[in-house]
Amino acid sequence: MVIGSVMIFGGGISGVQCALDLADSGYKVYLVEKKPAIGGVMAQIDKTFPTNDCAMCIMAPKLVACARHHNVELLVNTQLTAVDGKVGDFHVTLTKKALKVNEEKCTGCGTCALECPVEVIDEYNEGMRRRRAIYITYPQAVPMKYCIDQKACIGCGICQSECRANAIEYDQTDKTINLNVGAIVLSPGFEAFDPTVRPEYGYGRFKNIISRIEFERMLSATGPYGGVPLRPSDGDAPTRIAFIQCVGSRDEKSGNTYCSSYCCMAALKQAVIAKEHLDNLEVHIFFMDTRAFGKGFEEYLHRAEHEHKIIIHRNNRIADISEKKNQDLILRYHEDAEIHEEAFNMAILSVGARPPSESRKLSDILGVQLNEFGFCETDDFTPFDTNVPGIYVCGMFSGPKDIPDSISQASGVAGKISALLKDARNTLTTVPEYPAERDVLGEDPRIGVFVCHCGINIGGIVNVPEVADFAKTLPNVVYATRNMYTCSQDTQEKIKEAIRDHNLNRIVVASCTPRTHESLFQNTIRDAGLNAYLFEMANIRDQCSWVHMKEPREATEKAKSLVEMAVAKSRLLESLSAPKIKIKQAAVVIGGGLSGMTVALRIAESGFETHIVERSDKLGGHLNRIYHTLTGINPQEVLKESKKMISNNDKITVHLSSKIEDMSGYIGNFESHLSDGTHIEHGVTIVATGADEYKPDEYFYGEDKRVIRQTELGEMLAKNKFKAKNVAIIQCVGSRNQDSPNCSRICCFTAMANALEIKKRHPDTNVYILYRDIRTYGFAEKHYNEAARQGVVFVRWDTDMPPEVSKEDGQLVVRVHEKFIDDDIELRPDLIVLNAGIRPNPDNSEIARRLRVPLTNEGYFLEAHMKLRPVDFATDGIFLCGLAHSPRMIGESIAMANGAAARALTILSKPEIEVEGIVSVVDSHKCTGCNTCIEICPYGAILLNDQGIAEVIPAACKGCGCCGASCPENAITMKHYTDEQLLAEAIAAIRGVT
Amino acid sequence: MADFEPKLISFLCNWCSYAGADLAGVSRYQYPPNLRVVRVMCSTRVSPQMVLRVLLDGADGVLIGGCHLGDCHYISGNYYTEKRYDVMLKLLQIVGIEPERVRLEWISAAEGEKFSKVAKEFTAKIKSLGPIPTKKSKELAEKLRAAEMASRSFRLTALVSKEYNLVTRGNVYGEKLNDWELREIVDNVAEEEFERAMILQLTKGEKLSVKDIAAMTDIPTARILSHIVELKKSNLISTEQMRGVAPLYRAMKA
Repeated sequence: MVIGSVMIFGGGISGVQCALDLADSGYKVYLVEKKPAIGGVMAQIDKTFPTNDCAMCIMAPKLVACARHHNVELLVNTQLTAVDGKVGDFHVTLTKKALKVNEEKCTGCGTCALECPVEVIDEYNEGMRRRRAIYITYPQAVPMKYCIDQKACIGCGICQSECRANAIEYDQTDKTINLNVGAIVLSPGFEAFDPTVRPEYGYGRFKNIISRIEFERMLSATGPYGGVPLRPSDGDAPTRIAFIQCVGSRDEKSGNTYCSSYCCMAALKQAVIAKEHLDNLEVHIFFMDTRAFGKGFEEYLHRAEHEHKIIIHRNNRIADISEKKNQDLILRYHEDAEIHEEAFNMAILSVGARPPSESRKLSDILGVQLNEFGFCETDDFTPFDTNVPGIYVCGMFSGPKDIPDSISQASGVAGKISALLKDARNTLTTVPEYPAERDVLGEDPRIGVFVCHCGINIGGIVNVPEVADFAKTLPNVVYATRNMYTCSQDTQEKIKEAIRDHNLNRIVVASCTPRTHESLFQNTIRDAGLNAYLFEMANIRDQCSWVHMKEPREATEKAKSLVEMAVAKSRLLESLSAPKIKIKQAAVVIGGGLSGMTVALRIAESGFETHIVERSDKLGGHLNRIYHTLTGINPQEVLKESKKMISNNDKITVHLSSKIEDMSGYIGNFESHLSDGTHIEHGVTIVATGADEYKPDEYFYGEDKRVIRQTELGEMLAKNKFKAKNVAIIQCVGSRNQDSPNCSRICCFTAMANALEIKKRHPDTNVYILYRDIRTYGFAEKHYNEAARQGVVFVRWDTDMPPEVSKEDGQLVVRVHEKFIDDDIELRPDLIVLNAGIRPNPDNSEIARRLRVPLTNEGYFLEAHMKLRPVDFATDGIFLCGLAHSPRMIGESIAMANGAAARALTILSKPEIEVEGIVSVVDSHKCTGCNTCIEICPYGAILLNDQGIAEVIPAACKGCGCCGASCPENAITMKHYTDEQLLAEAIAAIRGVT
Repeated sequence: MADFEPKLISFLCNWCSYAGADLAGVSRYQYPPNLRVVRVMCSTRVSPQMVLRVLLDGADGVLIGGCHLGDCHYISGNYYTEKRYDVMLKLLQIVGIEPERVRLEWISAAEGEKFSKVAKEFTAKIKSLGPIPTKKSKELAEKLRAAEMASRSFRLTALVSKEYNLVTRGNVYGEKLNDWELREIVDNVAEEEFERAMILQLTKGEKLSVKDIAAMTDIPTARILSHIVELKKSNLISTEQMRGVAPLYRAMKA
């Protein structure tokens, strides 16, 4: 028997993504988090590279969605104690530590924390701020439930007497929870390296040396100094700061010889943001190598250096730091073959990633194997499988990586599990049921108003009875009352009763913010037979009582006005239907390389018909030409195995030598015509078109047989045709230059793989790697170290003096200026290997046009969001993975392909999906077909119909309202935010202000 | 003037600036109570027409809040907001109302302090400007009404909506238009549509000659004539009779 539920350990962004994808595909999810709130490390981050997006802005909607999802159960403050059973049927025992606050009753109002007399160091702000003993971990915490820090609480009893919701339970004890699940996911995240382990960096000794995380909190608007970095020693804003990279990464002394993968970009981002916050700030970054290998990262590095004037020191490891009398810091470093000394006001240690503290415990209880560093052991071709069947890993625990890679891996795990547990799909999930909706069309508005005291949060400042009495005087208001906590369970019953007793058809709640509470009340009124959109909120707490605390009179007047506005809008509210659209449960995958094959297999294994459309005459793409990898797995065998699985799967149809001639339709309902004449109706489309290897026109490539590319070297080695005695491998050929500004990501790995293979087979051959930066990120760093140990010679050049290849008497000569020793070097190799970069598939632009999805300037496909939606397009129902997105490693492509499959399965797994009611509609009598709305809709949700009139596809519309404000004929109405409704609200406000 | 409490409307996007305003509350950053927030899903929803209507109805100032450029929850919505804002300012300038009465700010969900700072500054600014002058001047009120009408015109709405894409993605010929040149075209259209709206408004009640209209506005006679030609083409104005040598015009009922 297989159980249709999954338990996820770790509520960081990876765990949250995995939970959402699984819950949306028909599985019950238990999300277990050891802290009192989900959000993980990302919740601490101010901005994210390479878009400088506000982390909380992009993350909060996902956290809230997770908390609201009726098939996700959040178990916070909870840890694993024991596990039994096997794949498909695990018995898990958990311990939920007492929060000392009743989660059902706590409304998150925060009165308790205001009055708590015990101040404690706030971990969220890295100790630069205090919190109280009763607290939430961060201001936007999900769930928004307070808890008592039992180590700090002195038991004074104040919080209990302050709490109007009676939520404080001092006698609450730890609880044991037993659950039965089909699969387990580990996403416990990571921890930052403790810099005190390396005393030579002076952390803890010198006040003005801080860690990267402390600096991140300083940069945050919600941080201790409101976003301005200040020197810890004297509170002055610094004018010169330095970042020291690789602290606790790539470091033999601490044993962390791996690279933490994200710190280079994190430092660049912090440097750029710091300069935005402080004019005239001079920022130096001391890099070993600049590892800007992700999508658009090299361009970010370039802009940081040339536009923002960040001073970049390459090939540096700071050896010594001392402190001046004024507590400035003196850094000693190496440049131009000389030692320099410079003083800085502040230095930031870019501390690396360590395995999470509970990794040992998880490993002991679950029997999961850890690698030499304490991270979870996985391999390239199964990037999220642990050694225990049914237990998977995602995010940082499988190795350091950035957020988008964590997200694709998290979705990937969901894809894997979705296929694994397919027989139990939809067995444990529930669909909330509501009574039939009352038709209120044509009825006069009968408005009920509920004004909330929110304990003393509103009631302590705003005169709530006065507001409620005022509400009664407003036209169409037939019922108004006030509640201590409108969000409490018993008030929901009272609201339903009032709807029935007074025949109400519009509800207004005046309390906190709709961002967190609207859906709660909407569900309540649905329970009483009203359409969810007949609801409106007045935010009289967050935007009134809390911001006018010293002006109770004005706050009361404003609260009345806010209620009047909400009532004015509610009068014009309409029931909106959320139509259901049928899903054609089949997938089209464009591209039959490793990624395309992986996506197809996962979707087909989950039980859905899948078509692979491949332009060439065979499957496998570039994998056909790869013979060895760094981890020793034979790619050719993997390829053979995948091909066999595809031919054995009767759900998969392969269309070779074919392409998409035309695709029309929208999520759930696409129609494609292939060049081979096939016509397919499908619900989702996945783009896995891969990329091409650059064909160099430099260095005599194609003219001289002694100059070859890395793939040709791999083939030469595999076929025993390699004879050279001196090999020069040149990196970054056709990457990181004007034509192709970004890094090709895989070439440093191939260089190491090939160099080590040469050394293994021909130990006497001399190998020279001519590089700009070595970017063997993550655990691959050990292969770089190994290559150095094997005697591979590394020669560093820079773009001002790149290697030159000439021929003298038929002999190949390489001349290069070595940066570290600042001297010219001459090599006379008998083989030159060019590590040619990756170029986007030239077919991309045609495919992009047919699918109406965007490309980057370089010609890769552009995903919906660079950080949090790596495998989605903005257009619903279309996904991407592999090198169609950007250059990536085999394991990363596999993870991403599984991720794309998981996202596609969230749609395919349902026969129909419910569409959001807040969409725009076109008045066909007014529309002239001018195309304006079609051009500006970011989701391709508007199409011209047969009559030449614009038509909105509700399934694709996200409700932003851009079209409504743009229509020159005023023919578009944005439902729920119509001109009339918004103006009624605004005009009520103008009349109301006295 | 010291007692003047301005009426301020703020349109905030749900995902960033409204969340920023909430965070100001959570963090207890205080600001004056004059601002009234109308929540929209995206700042791009706020059309010039909506803002001008609110001013016509007596608001002393309007604050629009959106996500930072590049951060828009709806990918590119706020780039259109920026273009719409430009035309709002242009129309206010034509009318002769201080453009500072309409302000656009990018406020993230993490910028509670920034929200309160903007609210304070904006309230103080409008206090110093005093009540919206249309309350005292019928002439200005009439002009604002014309501007509102202009903001709804097909030409202006179409251009403003397309402006961002024409500059960044290019036109049907694959050319990217120059930002400033296109701006000039849009500004010109704003002026013309405003003047046409003024002519329609003035001729609504009484029949007027070109010179009559010129005397009531600052528009040169030749320009008025050219506008009348265009308005006649669209069946918005008609020639009623002659007064001596001067034809008289009257706006047609819609």
